[in-house]
Amino acid sequence: MNFPILSSITFLPLIGAFFVLLTRSEKGQGNTGAVYISIFTSFVNFFITLFLWYTFDNKISDFQFVEEISWISGFIKFKFGIDGISILFILLTAFITPICIISCINSVKTRLKEFLIALLVLETFMIGVFCSLDLVVFYLFFEAGLIPMFLIIGIWGGPRKVYSAFKFFLFTLLGSVLMLVAIIAIYWITGTTDVTQIYEIKIPQEFQYLLWLAFFSSFAVKLPMWPVHTWLPDAHVEAPTPGSVILAAILLKMGGYGFLRFSIGMFPFASEYFTPLIFTLSVIAVIYTSLVALMQDDMKKLIAYSSVAHMGFVTMGIFTFNKQGVEGSIIQMFSHGLISAALFLCVGVLYDRTHSRLIKSYGGVVHILPKYSFLFMVFALATLGLPGTSGFVGEFLVLVGTFKVNFLVAILASIGVILAAAYILWLYKRVIFGKLENIQLKKIKDVNLSEGSILVVLCITVLFFGFYPDPLLETMKVSVDNLINNYNLEITKRITLK
Amino acid sequence: MEYAILFLPLVGAIFGYLAKYFGDLTSQLLTTFLVCVSAILSIVLFYNGIFHGTYGNYLIYQWIASGNFVVNWSINIDPLSSIMLVVVSVVSALVHIYSIGYMNHDPNKPRFMSYLSLFTFSMLVLVVSDNFLQLFFGWEGVGLCSYLLIGFWYKKDSANNAAIKAFIVNRVGDFGFAIGIFLIFMFFGTLNYNEVFQLVPEFSQEKINFLGFNSNLITLICLFLFVGAMGKSAQFFLHTWLPDAMEGPTPVSALIHAATMVTAGVFLVVRCSPIFEYSQVALNFVAIIGMLTAFFAASVAIVQNDIKRIIAYSTCSQLGYMFFAAGVGAYHVAIFHLFTHAFFKALLFLGSGSVIHSLNDEQDIRNMGGIWKQMPFTWIAMIVGTLALTGFPFLSGYYSKDAIIEFAYLKGTNIGYFAASIGIITALLTAIYSWRLILKTFHGKFNNEHLSKSEIHESGMVIIFPLAILILGSIFAGFLFKDFLIGHHYVDFWKDSILILQAFNHSHIPMWLLYTTPILVTLAIPLSYSLYIKNDKLLERIKIKNELVYKFLLNKWYFDELYNSIFVKPVKAIGSFFWKSGDIKTIDRFGPDGISKIVKIISKKATKFQTGYIYDYAFVMLIGLSLLLTIFIFYK
Repeated sequence: MNFPILSSITFLPLIGAFFVLLTRSEKGQGNTGAVYISIFTSFVNFFITLFLWYTFDNKISDFQFVEEISWISGFIKFKFGIDGISILFILLTAFITPICIISCINSVKTRLKEFLIALLVLETFMIGVFCSLDLVVFYLFFEAGLIPMFLIIGIWGGPRKVYSAFKFFLFTLLGSVLMLVAIIAIYWITGTTDVTQIYEIKIPQEFQYLLWLAFFSSFAVKLPMWPVHTWLPDAHVEAPTPGSVILAAILLKMGGYGFLRFSIGMFPFASEYFTPLIFTLSVIAVIYTSLVALMQDDMKKLIAYSSVAHMGFVTMGIFTFNKQGVEGSIIQMFSHGLISAALFLCVGVLYDRTHSRLIKSYGGVVHILPKYSFLFMVFALATLGLPGTSGFVGEFLVLVGTFKVNFLVAILASIGVILAAAYILWLYKRVIFGKLENIQLKKIKDVNLSEGSILVVLCITVLFFGFYPDPLLETMKVSVDNLINNYNLEITKRITLK
Repeated sequence: MEYAILFLPLVGAIFGYLAKYFGDLTSQLLTTFLVCVSAILSIVLFYNGIFHGTYGNYLIYQWIASGNFVVNWSINIDPLSSIMLVVVSVVSALVHIYSIGYMNHDPNKPRFMSYLSLFTFSMLVLVVSDNFLQLFFGWEGVGLCSYLLIGFWYKKDSANNAAIKAFIVNRVGDFGFAIGIFLIFMFFGTLNYNEVFQLVPEFSQEKINFLGFNSNLITLICLFLFVGAMGKSAQFFLHTWLPDAMEGPTPVSALIHAATMVTAGVFLVVRCSPIFEYSQVALNFVAIIGMLTAFFAASVAIVQNDIKRIIAYSTCSQLGYMFFAAGVGAYHVAIFHLFTHAFFKALLFLGSGSVIHSLNDEQDIRNMGGIWKQMPFTWIAMIVGTLALTGFPFLSGYYSKDAIIEFAYLKGTNIGYFAASIGIITALLTAIYSWRLILKTFHGKFNNEHLSKSEIHESGMVIIFPLAILILGSIFAGFLFKDFLIGHHYVDFWKDSILILQAFNHSHIPMWLLYTTPILVTLAIPLSYSLYIKNDKLLERIKIKNELVYKFLLNKWYFDELYNSIFVKPVKAIGSFFWKSGDIKTIDRFGPDGISKIVKIISKKATKFQTGYIYDYAFVMLIGLSLLLTIFIFYK
């Protein structure tokens, strides 16, 4: 067995968290030791992940770097492995976490040490989700991720933090419980929880529908899809900036990843059967939440609603079962991870200075924060899917893919693109442009080094993948092919049987 | 050379902005220099193209590859793109020079120059594309720059609103454009022009079921692409953003909203001539929208009072001409008019900018008048621009506009005759509003209350120089290029960059047609003089008598009000409804909040069981036992 690189990137943050725990909390001053340790850990992790990406062979459709340890003998194996889809999510996680940790310096004022521990532990769980190839292990990581996030919202949140934390927790838990039941059922049907084996064994068609719905309830909440999205705006509004960033950038992607890895792979018939449901909910999500976003008076809420709309494109793309749709939705997830992270950081910059998230307390920010305004503009444009940003590549591919399958869905979803321009530009105008009227604003300073550098890094990444998405597309190409081929094989088999 | 033409403006945009640390002038000179080099190279390229046929396609690198969806970044030089390169880069270079003078009081010069260069780059990308997606990139890129430049003075709320309006109305057009692209990809499996165009004849009879309508594929594609063109070129229904876009600085209006960006729609239709030629329905639609716009915009322009808005409506109207030229199949004439229009319209805008600049940002023509002696050169420039615009014999507009009317007539169909007559009527209207503008601005009484007449003076050299070049262009562009572009041997120039299935028959043009327009526009000069200078009482009387018509025109056919009440307000209302009634009152109320409330109630009730009295528990046990027994007996 080779060096267990997947376990290393998964558990390295945990070790980092342990060392952070050992540092002494200094009162008043920021806890520099803890900050350095966590930045160091997350960066090392990011570089290992880059190395992983470099050594990853994108011509093989099988899982790579597979690690297998028997855990409960004959029942659960601790099985890790990645393909061209999951590696992108791992990359995203390892990229966003250091950014979050750096942003903590400015935005978390109390219990910094504990906050960093929560973040690092969360990173372990998130990477674990994307690595695991065993349903039980997946479930454990998937659920465990709730705990640090719950704490982040509940402890470091705003005035309604308890309500939001519980809403977040209950919503996600409710979906997950059904998934747990489904996992047990799968074990009874197939005798294993190893995902690759389940792919081989194939679950009988009559069981697929209920199982699919159980998994769906969990992923739909996580993603979130309409109408179970209402926890997201509340959670975002109350969460501290790094919490929002992690939530929007990575936690939401677990739902999309789940659909790709489990729903389509294990339940092809049910996935086909429920496609109209997914399309309907996605279109509603795109249009409904875009309209709602238009009317928000709280910046974070607006961005949260726009996230729901963007995730609508993701589900739509996944269930087109063609290359453009699926690849587009993976790019869309990746790019939304970058863009929404950046937007929440942007809101965070203003919030740290004035402690207001309301749009109406701003206006004319460009006069005092020109650099900030420029960066914000780039991300606003990326949100509305301007060509040349990564947002465009994802959205456009999804729409191309959807159009092949269903004209009406694609056309309705395209309306969402118009609305996206409306809500984000209107937000930008009200916050950044105009005359400077709030006197309190006059004293604030432009982005400092740490804020500026993370935003610039994100900005460069968004533009880079907008002009050159090839690295992403090449990585996922064979795996997506494989996914679609297996799906088509199953579906045609059934048709010939009839 | 091709790479240099395309990328020098981008270099200018980036380094021009960074150069602000070395002073505003560095940045202005750098951007201007790079764009000028790009312009000179485009002229060389154009020349080589005409005389040596040096056309070609250069691949930069692959942009997106997902399955069979493969799109490249590339530079495609053919006759159509090379003439567009000249128009874009030359006008842009002149506007850059002009801006050095025009923006001299503005604190944000580097930003302005950088935006202008970025715009030039996007427009060039659009023009040299060899596929629909890169075109779309440029398309959105110019939209973005237009947004940024309209809202350049972001302190003004009206400028910000105009910028957003421009972007969103364009997005509506882009929505159509995108659907056109989806259709093309879905059926042709490629987005490359040449590959698509080769496949079109095979699909010319293809019918598809589109949302329940059984329609011709090619027609559908053309109509959707044309919706995009309507948005960008401010055609009827999607024109509302263009007049508002005049909130931006005047050089921007000249470059973006007159000479280049707004003509992108025309360029698109002409570029797609191999598709449009296979759909008569789509061509007729293009022609009708073109006619409507030409007439509508001219009628509105007659009563407007803002100098820039008048010219904006005039642009709208001229774009209408180009579209109906394309609609009757005379693509080369459409591009010829685009070419000449770029010169005289840029001239008019820059000239009016010079007036506005001298009058301390006054834009209302009612507050001007009688200043021609103070600004003789600007006056001459405006006169030349107006003559060229109205199609006064032997200036550039004469050749292109008359050709449009002529070709429409030659088409020989009802639409063609109708287009020709609309063309003639609109030409008369054009002459009237243009002369009204000149007379009210430069002649008659001086009406400005804030300035004394002696304070007004001619603008400086940096402003005059571009005007001088444009004057030359407005006078000679038509005469010099008409043989190449629309002469008998037009195919020699255009090669296969445009496709005309039905050749025009030039043998029987009635003489009266050739003379009508020039005579009308010449007669319009004394007519306007008598109306606007001599007998302004008569004008007042006409106004009062036809108050309804006047109001209707003054309010631009009430389009803004209409759109406000059928789109903007309902969308906002629906948005709040979904939020307040959908999310909060329905989903949350019956979802999480409702469930937690029910749980609370039930648990409250449940706690009442735990009284602690032994007889309570005994009683419950008894009931439970009897229930179990009953069930057991019944279901045994």
